[in-house]
Amino acid sequence: MNTPKNYRWRKFVDQVMRGSTVFATGCAVIPLIAIIGYVLTLGASALSVQFFTDVYQPPNMAQAAADGSTPAFDPNDPFAGIGVPTDGTAPADGTAPVADVYAGGPVGGVLHGIIGTLIITGMGLLFALPIGIFAGIYLSEYRNERYATIVRFCCDVLSGSPSIVAGVVIYILVVIRSHEFSAIAGSLALMILMIPIVTRTTEEMLKLVPESMREAARGLGAPTWYSTFTVIIPAALPGIVTGVMLAFARGAGETAPLILTVLGSNVISTNLFAPMASLPLLAYRYTESPYPGENTLAWGAAFVLMMLVLVMNILVRVATRRRAGASR
Amino acid sequence: MSSMTISQLAPFYGARQAVKAVDMQIATQEITAIIGPSGCGKSTVLRCLNRMHETILGASAKGTVLLNDEDIYGSNVDATLIRRRVGMVFQQPVAFRTRNIYENVAAGLRIQGMSRKAELDQAVEEALQSAVLWDEVKDVLSKPGTALSGGQQQRLAIARALAIKPDVLLLDEPCSALDPIATANIEELLVQLKTTLTIVIVTHSMQQAARISDQTAVFMVDTTSGNPIGELVEKSSTSNVFTKPSDPRTESYISGRVG
Amino acid sequence: MAKQQPAESWSNGKSVFRHGDVPFRIGTVVLASCVVALVLAMGVIMFVSSGEARTAFGWDVLFGQDWNPVATDMAQPAFGAWPAVRGTLLSSLVAIVIAAPLALGIGIFLAELCPPKLSTPLSFLVELLAAIPSVIYGVWGVFVFVPFFNQVFSTPVSDALGDYIPWLAGPVATGRGVMVTGIVMSIMILPTIASLTRDVLRLVPNTQREAMLAIGATRWETIWLAVVPYSRAGIIGAVMLGLGRALGETMAATLLIGNSQRISPSLFAPATTAASLVANELTNSVSTLHESALITVAFALFGITLVLNLGARLLIWYVDRGMAGGRS
Repeated sequence: MNTPKNYRWRKFVDQVMRGSTVFATGCAVIPLIAIIGYVLTLGASALSVQFFTDVYQPPNMAQAAADGSTPAFDPNDPFAGIGVPTDGTAPADGTAPVADVYAGGPVGGVLHGIIGTLIITGMGLLFALPIGIFAGIYLSEYRNERYATIVRFCCDVLSGSPSIVAGVVIYILVVIRSHEFSAIAGSLALMILMIPIVTRTTEEMLKLVPESMREAARGLGAPTWYSTFTVIIPAALPGIVTGVMLAFARGAGETAPLILTVLGSNVISTNLFAPMASLPLLAYRYTESPYPGENTLAWGAAFVLMMLVLVMNILVRVATRRRAGASR
Repeated sequence: MSSMTISQLAPFYGARQAVKAVDMQIATQEITAIIGPSGCGKSTVLRCLNRMHETILGASAKGTVLLNDEDIYGSNVDATLIRRRVGMVFQQPVAFRTRNIYENVAAGLRIQGMSRKAELDQAVEEALQSAVLWDEVKDVLSKPGTALSGGQQQRLAIARALAIKPDVLLLDEPCSALDPIATANIEELLVQLKTTLTIVIVTHSMQQAARISDQTAVFMVDTTSGNPIGELVEKSSTSNVFTKPSDPRTESYISGRVG
Repeated sequence: MAKQQPAESWSNGKSVFRHGDVPFRIGTVVLASCVVALVLAMGVIMFVSSGEARTAFGWDVLFGQDWNPVATDMAQPAFGAWPAVRGTLLSSLVAIVIAAPLALGIGIFLAELCPPKLSTPLSFLVELLAAIPSVIYGVWGVFVFVPFFNQVFSTPVSDALGDYIPWLAGPVATGRGVMVTGIVMSIMILPTIASLTRDVLRLVPNTQREAMLAIGATRWETIWLAVVPYSRAGIIGAVMLGLGRALGETMAATLLIGNSQRISPSLFAPATTAASLVANELTNSVSTLHESALITVAFALFGITLVLNLGARLLIWYVDRGMAGGRS
């Protein structure tokens, strides 16, 4: 067969470019595996019973607890220990060297963060649910109205705008007015971020309910609201629940808005109107910490967050696959 | 110009054989029509003739199809080269949405490496002339291809196929989406083209086959085994098929009792 | 008979069922309007609260060179966020330059080339990448990626080329800087762009592919000359959404960019971004003017992402509508 003149070149380009899309996919999968791998291995090494049952412990207290001595200086006194080397070398005034606070392993735990995250995210979800679900119902049942387009666009704006913006708005609205960082402010900020997720999944899941079911209900003479609540929502409920789970996972991992609203705390607090700890905040602050022990705790907090995300996503995956299979 | 010899061609979708092995001769300078009820595999067989069949996920074909003397299913044969020589026009008129009329026709030429403007201009005009579209579009070549009417878009698709000077042109129900006037235009065009091309057309319209074709192949569905499977029941000159069919199934089909 | 009973009572005009539709509609519309109200309120609140800084400095809040919150003997406080705006733009530019081509490749691979058995798990992995909280990227970036990148890229490259190319100049120091931030952000926005690209490519009607194949095009030519051009508006929209995410990304930037107000031409040098500036300073703001200036920065972020979202949605909608038109 007579081959055209540029045939070899075209074949070459074809192979190279197809190969490069495989390469691109590898470029996405490799960091994913790297991140998950690091978080799971380094994070797992930070886990202990104490990690889940204890709260923050200042590094030098822990060192003292480890060797049975008294703390080198009072951790609650901000001026204590100034000028005393903390790396184990002898102080200039000839007193005995203080134990090296940078050396020890992780001390304390993140129970306060776990409790705080559950409270803040749970409350936020509670605020987001009614708006999100009813907006989703509206978008699905009155989907062709012009106003629905506006609502849909506003949803996209909420999900597309930076999470820090939600924090800023609640900071202005709640924190400045009340002169107090509070858990409830954090919940409100997370609400803003969770509403679009709940809305869009509710809408999508309701749309998946076959039109024939709506028609059947209408054929029996049922009004829209009755068929919506007794036929359509029950049919879509598993899907809506998965959307709520995803919203929870997303909210639990948000950090930026919490910096501006709940501030963080070193103790277990259940007061909604006071600062509270949260896991992502701990991960953030412990990452910036100079103490290696606290860095390890950051990995541990990242591990817990990652597991939450993984488990939620896999559950959702399983649930939606079973649904897709059933509807066929 | 090339003849095609099909022997023991068996198209598959996954593990399911779609058509019983086909043996058929396609002559040059003739229009061969393939007719039959829906589901008889006539489009599938057509798509095997330029290896478009295998682009569907899981689809494959066994057997040999000789283009002149060369097996297009041979082990070292590249499908892209076959498709360059065996052009195809589809049921739905397709214009590339982001290309204007000129570029729609030039698409294949550019792929083949033609880049000089004068050369392209001439080839595009020739192709549009042969598709009898030139006079209608010569002043609007920079308009998007999708701006044309359905019949014009189908002739644009034919022009695109003709531009790269294929030996064989396959048409898969090219008129089923068109109105009667556009259909008449295309039929007239095909009759003109057959002097320089080998043409195979799948059609669901027996009248169309009778009007334009020289040879007619009739496919039917065999449901006796429970698994419907297409088969070639008769291939003969068009006048024979329509006036004295040799197979009783053909006779009942053309007299309107089947399909 | 039992089935008919409700039908009779529903068709009875006095029944509560019949009248339920009006409150149902009002209820869903009101709660859906909360979403719209939320977006408007966010805009208005930030607009009002940024008034002080805007009247004092005008556009200089965003484009002024000096950011100096505390008045000293030498200087009045000044609020020009250009270092942060510049850092945001540069790091997002790095992110989009890396992520856009890779994401296009991934989208093409997933939609066009990937064997169907591999497509579902790969899509799941890519979407998992999108679900990982940004603080985890930050933790991973600080402890793993920055030292790694510093060693294998930043230091050797700046040693070799830094003297000739100012934006690759050293010293690399801690390794935190614009380029590292941009690379980590590119990993974060990859899945957003890739999955949207995959979706718009899948919308391309098969007739376009077949028409290209039928004139003797290779698989890659079919993709590049028929499929991608057909959906290019949607792909641009996907990239814009990714860009929006990068611009507003807070945690990874805060942890990785080094938070320095100094403007350096080098991509290896520390800088700051608008989002991290707000996250770092808003809770510690020293004056209402400082606060107002930070809110202006957040407002600008909100505005930019809103415009990007609007543009992206319009483009994706345009593709969608084009598909619908093509089918008729």
